[in-house]
Order: sequence, then structure tokens, then C-alpha cells
Amino acid sequence: MLNIARKELKSMFASPMGWIILALLTFAFGTYYLNGVNNYFEVMSGAIRPAERVGVTQFVGQTVYGLASFIMLFAVPLLSMRLISEERRSQTMPFLFSAPLSISEIVIGKFLGLVVFLSILVAYVAAMLSTLNIWADIDFGYIFANSLGLLLLVSSFAALGLYFSSLTSQPIIAGILSFIALFVLMILDRFFAGDPTSTVLKFSLMRHFQSFGGGLIDTADLAYFALFIIAFLTLTIRRLDADRLRG
Amino acid sequence: MANLTVEAIELTRLYGGRAAVSDVTFSLQQGQVLGFLGPNGAGKSTTMKMLTGNLAPSAGSVRICGIDMIENPKEAKALIGYLPEMRPLYKEFTVDEYLTIAARLHKVASKNIKQAVEHAKERCGLTHMSKRLIENLSNGYQQRVGIAQAIIHNPMVVILDEPTVGLDPIQIRDIRALIKEIGQAHSVIVSTHILPEVEMVCDHVQIIDKGKLVFNGGIDVLKQQRVGNKLLVGLRQVPEAAQLAAIEGVVEVEPADDMWRIRFSEGSQPHEAIVQASVQNGWGLYHIAPDQTSLEDVFVQLTYQESAPAMSQAA
Repeated sequence: MLNIARKELKSMFASPMGWIILALLTFAFGTYYLNGVNNYFEVMSGAIRPAERVGVTQFVGQTVYGLASFIMLFAVPLLSMRLISEERRSQTMPFLFSAPLSISEIVIGKFLGLVVFLSILVAYVAAMLSTLNIWADIDFGYIFANSLGLLLLVSSFAALGLYFSSLTSQPIIAGILSFIALFVLMILDRFFAGDPTSTVLKFSLMRHFQSFGGGLIDTADLAYFALFIIAFLTLTIRRLDADRLRG
Repeated sequence: MANLTVEAIELTRLYGGRAAVSDVTFSLQQGQVLGFLGPNGAGKSTTMKMLTGNLAPSAGSVRICGIDMIENPKEAKALIGYLPEMRPLYKEFTVDEYLTIAARLHKVASKNIKQAVEHAKERCGLTHMSKRLIENLSNGYQQRVGIAQAIIHNPMVVILDEPTVGLDPIQIRDIRALIKEIGQAHSVIVSTHILPEVEMVCDHVQIIDKGKLVFNGGIDVLKQQRVGNKLLVGLRQVPEAAQLAAIEGVVEVEPADDMWRIRFSEGSQPHEAIVQASVQNGWGLYHIAPDQTSLEDVFVQLTYQESAPAMSQAA
């Protein structure tokens, strides 16, 4: 299982793709971080009433994590689309199937590989925000909650992306499909904003991420993400098993 | 029968009601090389996929060294090295990286990985290609990497689906030697289209046609069929066929191109008599040789014999 994860990580860094995505995202986060810090002083100098004042962690954090959740919507399908469909296309699936591994191990290994890659970014963002501590007294709890939320969010993206990748042998199709699916799940709460009691609302990924964004770790949200990930990993395992049985 | 490495029992695989492989039963002992022959679409690759656990059989079972592939797939797969028809290579890696991954996936202990990689490269003649990207290797070298990947964990059973495709003659010779070498200690199953190859490396042959096993036996049996009991004789002064047929032991004479094909009865040796008769009568003998039915002919015969009754059934 870990061997598969290692293999996936290695293959992400073997092509320019992994490096480029890392570089671009780092650049984007860095810019927003800088803007956040600059804006903070402008906005806060204008905010006279105490109720309007927020801490620097929350102010900058909101900017950066808001952007991160949005950008990951594009980045994760780009990375996840290759995971299985590329193996199908270049006929390397038998290599994994004939190794002494169960299908669950293959799928979870691939998922872990991608999550480890993405957690580099999450750790990077957290480290970047922690540098604020040099000048200010920051709220580490807030950063922790946000990082956890972001990690769970991108893991959910990865699980869904992995499933769509197992459906086709064309990485691009897998990428587009998972992007559309994720996009719908993200903005579901916008569609049903008029009816706050709607059940559909509960499926929105964004809504569950938002409570982490406020610094709140809620078990209901944890459970939502865990179920989301498990559901899509199970679907992927079943899809690959069907290959063996019917293919 | 203690050393059975592969047992396939009534393997059947249906694709939407059509049987790609039906009722294939065979077994293989340690130290045997099995050649797997058959026309395109006969079910060779399907059978191999089932043996390696890439495909679940619709019925029947596979046992590798006594371990059931369906019940204990992990243990069974650990004993197999498999090179599928399409080489499963990750082209973005170098040869070393790829083989290391292969060794790790096959649970080679981490302290032995380096040694296993070196050994596999040595056996497949890849030592000077270690740092090259697989993508940039020639077809033949990629094939070697594929074979190296299949033998890296020193498996009990090596299954190679058309291993000599795309290799140059020298490489083919090396690979054949390698297959023989592996076959001494372990078991090898090779599928191929090249019939002389079977004769060279295999000691058991199976011919599969339309999903059914039509021939299963030692290579000697096939060779015997091949040499047969015919002579091809070339004569300048063409005699009467009856004169030839009168020679002792000769059963049948038929013209073949500019020569005569002489079939003689089992056990008799009319060669000398023919030469003597030719000298006495001044026929001008310029060619006498055993008429070998090529392996291709045997192959066609075997696959045709089976399909004939099938056709009459359909009608």
C-alpha cells in the first residue's frame, strides 16, 4: 500500500506536471498572503468600532484559505485524472494486478500518494501563515482548524477524482468530469441558498468546509468528509474489481 | 506429483455468453517449460490472465504451488512473475527506478532490493541501460525491461506472453537461453506465434484453438509428427511412378513440384534401396532428404481437425 503511494509520488515528481502545479500554487498563495497582510492595515485602520476588528490570523487566513479551496478545485482534478486512467491507457494495470496486492491496497495507495502530495501544499500554507507570528501574536488553533479543513477538502476532491479516473481510459475526460462534479458539489449551497433547510444543502462540500474556515472543528463535518472519502474509494475499488470479474 | 507448480482445473471464461476459454485443464511441474500455441483470438492471453489473477474465471480454478488463486490471491500472486502482451512499463521512470518499484511491489525485502535489481538487469543484459528513461529505450530493450520485471522476485512460475516480439535475432537467442535457464529451477509458461521457438525452448506444448485445448503433450510427440515418414526425392531422368512404388517399403508415391514425395511404411528404411535403384537405372538422383512437415503444417492440422466437426455441428 505504501509502496503504491511511494510510486505515485515519484511519478508525480518525475514529470514537470507536479513541479509546475506546486510552483504555481505556491506563487498564488504567496501573493494572496502578501495582499492579505497589506490590506489588513488599510482595513483595520478604517475600522473604528471594536466589533469590526478581527485578528490578523483570521483576516489573512480567510483570504488565503478561501483562495486555496477554490484553486484546489482546479488543481486536484489535474493531478487525480492520471491516477488510474493513465494506467489503463498505457496498459500498466496488469503490473499492479499481478503484484501481490489487493485491489483495496492499490486504490488506497494511490489515494494516499495524492493526499501526501497535496498535504505538502497544505503544510506550506500553514507554515506561511505561521510566519505572521514573528510580528504578531497569532491564533494557532485557527490555523490548525483551517489546515485540517483544507486537507479534508482536498482529500475528498482526490477521492472523487480517483473514482472518475477509474471510469475511463482518457485522463482528460476523467479530469473534466471530476472538475464538473466537484464544481457542482461546491456551489450546491448557492443554488439552494433560498431554502436553508433543504437536505440538498447538506451535500455541499463548501458548506462543510466553511465551519472549519471559522476555526470550528465539528464532528458532523469530520464525519461528512470521512464518509465522502470512504464512499468514493469504495466505488473505485468496486469499479476495478468489476474489471477483473467482467473485463 | 509433488512439485506441481501450476494447476488449471476446468478453466472457463465467458464474455457475454461467448466462451473465450472453455474447460481448459492442465498442470505444470517444477522445471518444465510450457509452450502455449494457438491462432489469434484462440484464448491464449485470456488463459494467461486467468492464471495470473488478472481476470476472474467464470468457472474452474487455478492453483499455484497448491495455493488457490481465488481464495488466497496475494499468496498465489507472490509466486508468479508475469509479462503481459502489452508491456506494463512506466515510461517516465529510469530502468533502475522501475525495477526497484517492481521489486518493492513484489515484496522483496528492502535490503535485497538492490541486489535483486542488479541480478535482473544482468540476466536480461540491461546493465549499461540503468540510468536511461524507459521511454527512450528501443523496442527490444523495453521488452527486456518487461522480462526483467517478471523475474525480479525470483518467482516459482514465470508467465511470459509473447516474450520475443520485437527483438533482434541475437537478443532472441539470449532470451531463449534465459527462458531455458529459468525453466531449470522454476516453471515457465511461454506463449508465442513463432513455432521453431517452441521447439527450441519448451519441453511441453499446448495448442489451444477457439478456447479449447486441442493438443497437450511433450515436445517429442510433436516432433515425431513433424519428421514423419516421408522422403523427398529429386530425379533428373524421371521414371514411372510404378517403378518407384515397387521399391521395398514404399507405400505411396506422389509428384511434388519437380520431385517425388515418397511415403514409406513405419519402421522401414527404403533410403538405400532408392539410391541403389537410381544408380542402376540411371535416373540421375540429385536430391534425397526427409520431407519434414513443417511445424506450421502440424499446427494447421491440429487446429483444423478440431474445427471441422465444429463446423458440421453448426450446419
